[in-house]
Amino acid sequence: MTNVLAIAERELRAYFASPIAWMMIGLFALLAGVFYVTTLAYFVQASMQMDSFAAMGQAPQPLNINQQLIRPLFLNVSVVALFMLPMLTMRTYAEEKRSGTIELLLTSPLTDWQIIMGKYLGALTLYAVMLLVTVVHVGVLFFYGEPEWRTVVSGYLGMLLMGGAFLSLGLFISSTTKNQIVAAAMTFAALLLLWTVSWFADSASPTTAAVLRHLSIIEHFDDFAKGVIDTGHLVYYLSFIAFGLFLTAKSVDTERWRG
Amino acid sequence: MIEVQHLTKRYGRVTAVDDITFRVERGEILGFLGPNGAGKTTTMRVITGYMPATEGRAVVAGFDVFSQPIEAKRHIGYLPETPPLYPEMTVREYLTFVARIKGVAAADRKSRVLQTMERTRVADMADRHCGKLSKGYKQRVGLAQAILHNPDVLVLDEPTAGLDPKQIIETRELIKELAGDHTIILCTHILPEVAQTCQRVVIINKGRVVAIDTPDNLTTRLHGSNGIYVQLEADPGHATAVLQRVPGVARVSESDRRDGTVGYEVESQEGQDVRRELVREIVANDLGLLELRPIRMSLEDVFLNLTREEQEPAPAPRPEAPDSTEEAYD
Repeated sequence: MTNVLAIAERELRAYFASPIAWMMIGLFALLAGVFYVTTLAYFVQASMQMDSFAAMGQAPQPLNINQQLIRPLFLNVSVVALFMLPMLTMRTYAEEKRSGTIELLLTSPLTDWQIIMGKYLGALTLYAVMLLVTVVHVGVLFFYGEPEWRTVVSGYLGMLLMGGAFLSLGLFISSTTKNQIVAAAMTFAALLLLWTVSWFADSASPTTAAVLRHLSIIEHFDDFAKGVIDTGHLVYYLSFIAFGLFLTAKSVDTERWRG
Repeated sequence: MIEVQHLTKRYGRVTAVDDITFRVERGEILGFLGPNGAGKTTTMRVITGYMPATEGRAVVAGFDVFSQPIEAKRHIGYLPETPPLYPEMTVREYLTFVARIKGVAAADRKSRVLQTMERTRVADMADRHCGKLSKGYKQRVGLAQAILHNPDVLVLDEPTAGLDPKQIIETRELIKELAGDHTIILCTHILPEVAQTCQRVVIINKGRVVAIDTPDNLTTRLHGSNGIYVQLEADPGHATAVLQRVPGVARVSESDRRDGTVGYEVESQEGQDVRRELVREIVANDLGLLELRPIRMSLEDVFLNLTREEQEPAPAPRPEAPDSTEEAYD
């Protein structure tokens, strides 16, 4: 465990020593902020409309801050994560292979799993920090309104799990190449495919459609944003992460044999 | 301390290392020599557990690097060809990180890092980022990283590359100093380095061991008969005839000629010292002796000799180089 932490700490140090971490946190906060403002403006407009309905004696439709503001916000922010997280994992292995520091890690008394878990934990921690910044936005809502906090927590749990899945796949792809750009592009393409796979479901047979929907990395997220923690979705993300890490271990081992 | 048995490494169909066997005793410095692409780095990588062998095995400090990698790696310090430094870390941070992953106890880390920095003479750069160091400092931080956890076995892949002459001497002194309680494999293509620091030399070429011996033995072993270099101030034709007449001389060949002086390489028959007779004849014939010295094969010659023999099988005579070019132009 101390070895895992040593690696994770070094990863974080590398992120924060370079502009990567600051840029990622900044851009994530900026984009999440933009989506926050636009969603909020829409919500405010809708609530003013309801006010005017009430003034005219018509029955207003009830507005739900969780369903109509926080949920779409989470869905938007998850798209930002889709675009940004490949850039977080691209350097993990690729950079070490290019610069030769991988020789230090692989000839130190460490197991492959310690290295993989350390790297994964480092990336996940940075992602958690990125998410933490957006808590400010949601916090403001608590100040002026009365959102359901449980829904917010489940939404963040969903974000963390989905992002965790992105990172595990990114880690695997980074371990297959020396080139960071290749790693980022391939990760993004793979994630986008997994994201959009459910779009084909509409034109597929019922069984295929069900399979495609189940594979889709975003289909499992919506319930979290709604405030539902479904064991099925939890299992999907956790097994996705485990599989990504497993593939990384296999890839590291294969590379070793191939030299 | 290190035992390499029938080690073979293939990359696909390419055989990088072919059935290498050697051992290194405790406290010994072994030189590992070979031209580029001979399989030096591959062999080092197998010994350090960076990659597994296709066949054969390597045992370090009693642990098989393949089946007991963690235990074996605890006993190995490795300086790869390019020092594995993280550019964004300071030297102190980097070495502290290395100490941690190499299993140096938390309480000892700080003092060990300091001590190692002193020893490798990088203490003055302790708070500089590794990426901003000069080549010489990078190399020495790499060396610091290798010796940090006080391993029994040190594998150094060209430790003096990129150093200036003073640093080279310092580093060689340090390596010799370390040899007492460490076993060292020194991988290099700088031959004087081997001659000065190593007790034994393994020469490999195209993945095979072509010689294992002490540097002294190697320089004399390949030297079938004793050669003597003579420089004279005389008519070449006459001098050659005189030299050839000396009893015990096997062959005389002209080696260089410049304004009035001629240099000869005289080869005597096995085990005969012809210097006295040679001088007597030269003086008697008044050939104007300017210089006379035994030719000792340098390690360079040995190395070139061994690695060339491997490339061209001895029995097949090759046409002279100039002839073949002439033919090519015809």
